[in-house]
Amino acid sequence: MTIDPRTSVIKKRFSNIKRVIAVTGWKGGIGKSVTASVLSLILSKKGKTCGLLDLDFTGASDHIILGAKDVFPEEKNGIVPPEINGIKFMSISFFSDGKAVPLRGNNITDAIIEMLAITRWGKLDYLIIDMPPGINDTALDVVRLIDKTEILALTIPSIIAKDVLDRSLELYKRLKVPIIGVIINNLLHSKGIGAKSIPYDDKLEASLGRPDKLLKTKFSRSLEKIISELFLSV
Amino acid sequence: MHEWALADSVIASAIDYSKKEKLKKISQVNIVFGELQNIDKEIFMFAIDELIKTANKVISSSKFKISDEPAKFKCKVCETDFTLNQVKKSEDEAEYIHFIPEMAHTYLKCPKCKSPDFDLIAGRGVSIKSIKGVK
Ligand SMILES: Nc1ncnc2c1ncn2[C@@H]1O[C@H](COP(=O)(O)OP(=O)(O)OP(=O)(O)O)[C@@H](O)[C@H]1O
Ligand SMILES: [Mg+2]
Ligand SMILES: [Zn+2]
Repeated sequence: MTIDPRTSVIKKRFSNIKRVIAVTGWKGGIGKSVTASVLSLILSKKGKTCGLLDLDFTGASDHIILGAKDVFPEEKNGIVPPEINGIKFMSISFFSDGKAVPLRGNNITDAIIEMLAITRWGKLDYLIIDMPPGINDTALDVVRLIDKTEILALTIPSIIAKDVLDRSLELYKRLKVPIIGVIINNLLHSKGIGAKSIPYDDKLEASLGRPDKLLKTKFSRSLEKIISELFLSV
Repeated sequence: MHEWALADSVIASAIDYSKKEKLKKISQVNIVFGELQNIDKEIFMFAIDELIKTANKVISSSKFKISDEPAKFKCKVCETDFTLNQVKKSEDEAEYIHFIPEMAHTYLKCPKCKSPDFDLIAGRGVSIKSIKGVK
């Protein structure tokens, strides 16, 4: 017999977290990471205690969006995430020294379990998880290991995206994971299309890495409006 | 001191096991330390001793035995078998691997073909080999 002791402690690590929201999308490069990062900034600005976990191990990018430089987790009965603009932030980028992280599926699972087992978030109103694209090892592991997970889905206005979106939402329903809502990131136009859409924002790129500037973008204002309607009881 | 979190997980896991197997008392937990993660035994055991004071009584008089397992790798590209002392790593890199053993794929390379695409066959991190107890 061999027992992996780590999974037993994960529940305990999440016991003081009220809501876990996985920002998911089924295509690459559609704005999941900026949405997860800016969402965390908005929640923190609104006085919520918030954590951000970048689980896109092979393509970690939240540290760049938040401008997380010269910070490192503290070793204290586990590892305690450093705070960036009030957000407790954890990412594989702390350990990869700017180098590539070439992981196969089973390695990804192992690394996720390790990170969930040793990270001490403490008390949080929200833990936002930035997911890699698709329903893959990471998505299935998050659903399996964190039973509080809710899905916030992101899509783009394209028939290709819509097709995978419908199939994926169906799958999450079967896995009994609550879906908070679907946000359309309108990468094609600078106008919103409908209530839950974010317009293309040509100022976004120049604000990356600067939380205070990010919060002032059109992107952030649209996202704030959407999440207020979706789940934030103000 | 991140050994503390791992000790915590061993205790939680042993308690879960005792519930599943309906044990009245856990008498011994046999733990394996994989060479790759390079866990500090002294800190780990100190954490165990502290943590069982407040844990479920079922584990309070248990012994903890640790054995070491050497790390073994096999390259997926050229199929070479290799060990940890055949590859180089800096102090910082060793520290990162200590936190997340999968970082081995970022810092270690097959000694023959230099590929990071290898399997870790044995000796990754902390596992429990067996748990003895009284029903
Ligand atoms: N509404 C928008 N307006 C302008 N730029 C945007 C918008 N949404 C996303 N972007 C830009 O598109 C790029 C991709 O975004 P991001 O990295 O968040 O996508 P992702 O879905 O996380 O990608 P991956 O699948 O690789 O993880 C980034 O440079 C981001 O700044
Ligand atoms: Mg991303
Ligand atoms: Zn090789």
